[in-house]
Amino acid sequence: MSEMDEIVKEFLVESNENIDQVDRDLIELEGDPTSKELLGRIFRTMHSIKGATGFLDFSKLGAVTHAGETLLSLLRDGRLTLNAEITSGLLSLTDVIRNILSEIAVKGRESDTDHTGLIETLMGLQAGVRVDIGSTRSILPALMNSDAPMRKPNPANVTSPRESTSQPAPRPTGIVDTPSVSGQIEASLPNESELLPNEFYSQSLDSVSIRVDVNQLDMLMDLVGELVLARNQILQMSSHQQDPDFIASSQHLNLITSELQERVARTRMQPIDNIWNKLPRLVRDLTTQCHKKVQLQMRGKETELDKSILEALKDPLTHVVRNAIDHGIESPEMRLAAGKSVEGSLILHAFHENGQVNVEISDDGAGINLDRIKQKAVDLKLITLEEASSMADRDALGLLFIPGFSTARAITNISGRGVGMDVVKTNIEKVGGTVEIENRPGLGTNIRIRIPLTLAILSALIFTVGETVYAIPQQDIVELIRLDEMAAKGQINSVQGVMLYRLRGQLLPLVNLDAALNVTSAKSSNAGRTAVVLQAHHRQFGLVVGEVADIAEIVVKPLGKHLKSLPIYAGATILGDGRVALILDVLGLARRVSIITDVQTEDATAPKTKMEGPVISLETLLVFEDHQERVAIPLSEITRLEEFPLSALETTDGWDVVQYREEILQLISIPNLSEEARLSKRSRVQVATSSDKIQVVVCRKNGHQFGVVVDHILDIVEHKVARVRIHSRSGHETAVISGRVTRILEMDGLVRDMLLPNPSAVVMEV
Amino acid sequence: MSEGRQLSTFFVDDLCFGIDVQTVQEVIRRLVITRVPLSPVQVGGLINLRGQILTAIDLRRCLNLPQRPLCEFPVNLIIRTEDGLVSLLVDEIGDVVEPDKDMFEHLPSTLRGRLRDFVLEAYKLPSHLLFYLDTRRLLSGGSSGFPSSEPSNG
Repeated sequence: MSEMDEIVKEFLVESNENIDQVDRDLIELEGDPTSKELLGRIFRTMHSIKGATGFLDFSKLGAVTHAGETLLSLLRDGRLTLNAEITSGLLSLTDVIRNILSEIAVKGRESDTDHTGLIETLMGLQAGVRVDIGSTRSILPALMNSDAPMRKPNPANVTSPRESTSQPAPRPTGIVDTPSVSGQIEASLPNESELLPNEFYSQSLDSVSIRVDVNQLDMLMDLVGELVLARNQILQMSSHQQDPDFIASSQHLNLITSELQERVARTRMQPIDNIWNKLPRLVRDLTTQCHKKVQLQMRGKETELDKSILEALKDPLTHVVRNAIDHGIESPEMRLAAGKSVEGSLILHAFHENGQVNVEISDDGAGINLDRIKQKAVDLKLITLEEASSMADRDALGLLFIPGFSTARAITNISGRGVGMDVVKTNIEKVGGTVEIENRPGLGTNIRIRIPLTLAILSALIFTVGETVYAIPQQDIVELIRLDEMAAKGQINSVQGVMLYRLRGQLLPLVNLDAALNVTSAKSSNAGRTAVVLQAHHRQFGLVVGEVADIAEIVVKPLGKHLKSLPIYAGATILGDGRVALILDVLGLARRVSIITDVQTEDATAPKTKMEGPVISLETLLVFEDHQERVAIPLSEITRLEEFPLSALETTDGWDVVQYREEILQLISIPNLSEEARLSKRSRVQVATSSDKIQVVVCRKNGHQFGVVVDHILDIVEHKVARVRIHSRSGHETAVISGRVTRILEMDGLVRDMLLPNPSAVVMEV
Repeated sequence: MSEGRQLSTFFVDDLCFGIDVQTVQEVIRRLVITRVPLSPVQVGGLINLRGQILTAIDLRRCLNLPQRPLCEFPVNLIIRTEDGLVSLLVDEIGDVVEPDKDMFEHLPSTLRGRLRDFVLEAYKLPSHLLFYLDTRRLLSGGSSGFPSSEPSNG
């Protein structure tokens, strides 16, 4: 009984794979309709499935494959030439076969679905040569609608002699040369001598690979990890030994172990083509449905990825391709009107870069219409009209990642049902990857997916804090900064306990790892320490750690259930000396120290709830006081904090300016943001007379550098901000921060209102 | 109920506890324990058991007992659980005992706190009391759960 199950299981796995291959071959065949090799391969697959159905008693599957096989034999013998209808018919045959296979996989038997319509269609297609063309006509329209043929039962056909495969015909699975069960089949069966020599070759290729359970590979991987540790210990021992034989042996062990480790890691790698190979069929179906012409190009098919990552990539990739064809590439008429070639181009490109795999999906379609996205977002009440008008392109593209967002004008069969880019993003991020959209309006869209090579092994920076060893994956690290003398040079500003490091003109928030982890550290000063600059989403921050020990290849192991809830750890690993090191999760860490906001990432897991009510986010804000009002600027907008003597103030064209780094820095004051000042477009800095110095927050926005003069800087706050819009035409938002009502300056609006309408301001910038 | 039950005993802060001998995989002394900052209180750290990383649960912290003196190394009692292997950090390992029925004793109702959460039964051994621990409840933190070591974000 169980042996039978095993056979069925094997049959299913094999047939599914073979059917996928048939799909690809059929598409390829369209471009080269007479290819003997392709036809032979398709025929062989169909034939071996049919052969197995007799043995395993799957009569329906047998009937449909038989019909397909007969049609294929005509094609192969050159008595029929492949055309679009035949291809569609054969493709719908593969769909039906796939359906039946999945039915068998789930229920263990075939369902009662009637497939006579399809059989009739296939017979009609072969009748195209045998009898006359007239009989096919009635079937062809039905073919254009892919699932219609299956709904046309024809009782007369059910008992046709072609169904003879249902009678038991014991024979081994997958062997081409089998005794046929009816004379009719005999006529269409391949003659063994007709098989091309290279078919034998490809068959022998199959036999050199075997199926292995992935768990087996994982266990092997673990064991190899063990072996590596044992090897390291032996090597350490051998360094104290004099015995030359022992030293030679341990060197040998060293080499073999390294080689073994590499090989085992490679067993889990598969070429990206394993998921790409489904795309030609998808593209063909989509273009037919959308009445578009698209040429699909795939480069870097052989790029290898870990199997689990490949799995995670499958759905997002399909989605992006659908999008590109449905939304991106225009109809042939529109393309002609836009001066492009009738045929759109969709290019998939996979390549390795910086230890990561890049997958680029680019089309030469219309690109993304940002106005339409904004409009849609306004309609969905995600943003207000004001926000839409001031929104940067990059932010507008970010709207695409909000759950339920779709700009398709009409909900088509293909896309536009509101599950969209957010799913793509979530799935990619789950395996540690990122998604970027590059939009070239009118010219196309380029989506770049970056994913780690493997989940299992990664290169990491190892360092110690207190007694514990930590690791940070290298892909998250931007650079390392030694902090010793720098601190003395005053490159670290400390504002209310928050450290800011001046890194090439930018303010980089510094976070002490011991503080973030609530660990008391012996060292209180930053001297001699290292700041690891980390990238968390689009924010950077410096993590101050002790001595950096090493860079090592580590194997990520999951944490037990007691520690699963700690988002700052991505897992743990065992180092070469047997110690356990904790792997820091940069995103979790950034969230813990409030470097990044939670909005984008959490939206995916908790959709919809965030759309109502005030936007709640974690944000780092610089809070200052100006004329008894509390004002805050997001830290991300600030480049520097400066202090100028009052005497440095100069005036030009009604503006207050200071000379700053060989530029003229235009100064503005907060009270000037009131309505009157906005109307007059002229502002003078009003400085508290008691001081002979002015505090200036230097900001840069859209290429404009300007200074905001403030009375004094209060604090840097990092906490949950519930923004409430109060009636104000300036578009600024107000929030309660540390118990006080605080206005949050919207830099986009500020630049537009204060600087752009005044031509002199632009001149000064130059 | 208790006939034939074999308990593997161990000591924590001079108290004697027992767990089903079947659940115990092995006992390991002297393993480096890697502390995990911000972890729940009962987690003593992580250990490397021949290439497998296990969570070590410190019974002293579980039971609100005083901290183990720094000079004493805990013993790792590796047990099998539904979620894989877990190490229990105890002070010392005792014998495997098979307590008689007449040694059984209900828990005194005056017993409060953590002990009450995790102890199923007690047995009067000649020299001391033996508390039979429910490892499943112990690992899930009992009815009240374990507090997080992380102070709430103010």
